Amino acid sequence: MRQRQAAQGARRAREFEAFVAGAAGRLLHAATLLTAEAPRDNPRARRLLTLALAHTYAHWDGLRGEDPYDRAREYLATRFARGVWHRYGGFGRARRHPAGPLARLTPQERLILVLRLYEGVAEEQAAALLGLPVERVRSICDRATATLLHPPRDPAPAVSGARVAPS
Amino acid sequence: MNRAEREAAVRRIMDRTVPSVPPELYGEAVRRGGRMLRRRRAARCLMWLLLIAASVAFLVWALTVQPWVEPPSDTTPPLTDW
Repeated sequence: MRQRQAAQGARRAREFEAFVAGAAGRLLHAATLLTAEAPRDNPRARRLLTLALAHTYAHWDGLRGEDPYDRAREYLATRFARGVWHRYGGFGRARRHPAGPLARLTPQERLILVLRLYEGVAEEQAAALLGLPVERVRSICDRATATLLHPPRDPAPAVSGARVAPS
Repeated sequence: MNRAEREAAVRRIMDRTVPSVPPELYGEAVRRGGRMLRRRRAARCLMWLLLIAASVAFLVWALTVQPWVEPPSDTTPPLTDW
């Protein structure tokens, strides 16, 4: 029993190390885009990624052929969505680190943009993951794309915060 | 600018800055994940122990009390002499 457990642990550690070596860079990039932090100074993104990887490690033996990358990405996205709910209660606080390329967008817009365009998740899957209708995901994605490509001259945080708050 | 071009432009913006992975991240993830695993294993162990203890207690109680045996009647007088 103990021997089998040890062998399983060793196998898990080996496979997990290979997985982290391959996937950590891309996942950290996605997490940094989500938190809109600077690439050199991203403590929140690192914490998010550490939690997602720890979750993947703990569920490694129960994956049963499922892609661990999908699992980690799913956890990253849902954890970020939940964390936003707790952390960004106040208006305008999301723009504390205006360093990342997506800093102009709201957390929800960043989440959908990263899932759809950076990670290439299908609209239906992203909608199911976030519990939103597909049309809403599409419209948020379009709006975020427009905001990113044609930035408004004078972004007013209070107005955009008030517009996003009821969603 | 059609949809595909817009999406490609956004992808270019997002791919511009690449953060480097800190080396301690793997160890930290394994430490946290291992702790989660150990906790889950301990919880499962505790649950089994509780289940076994409850079933043993039930068995002992049932064998001593024997609730399926009809209790002797003490309202009807004993039938004698007819």
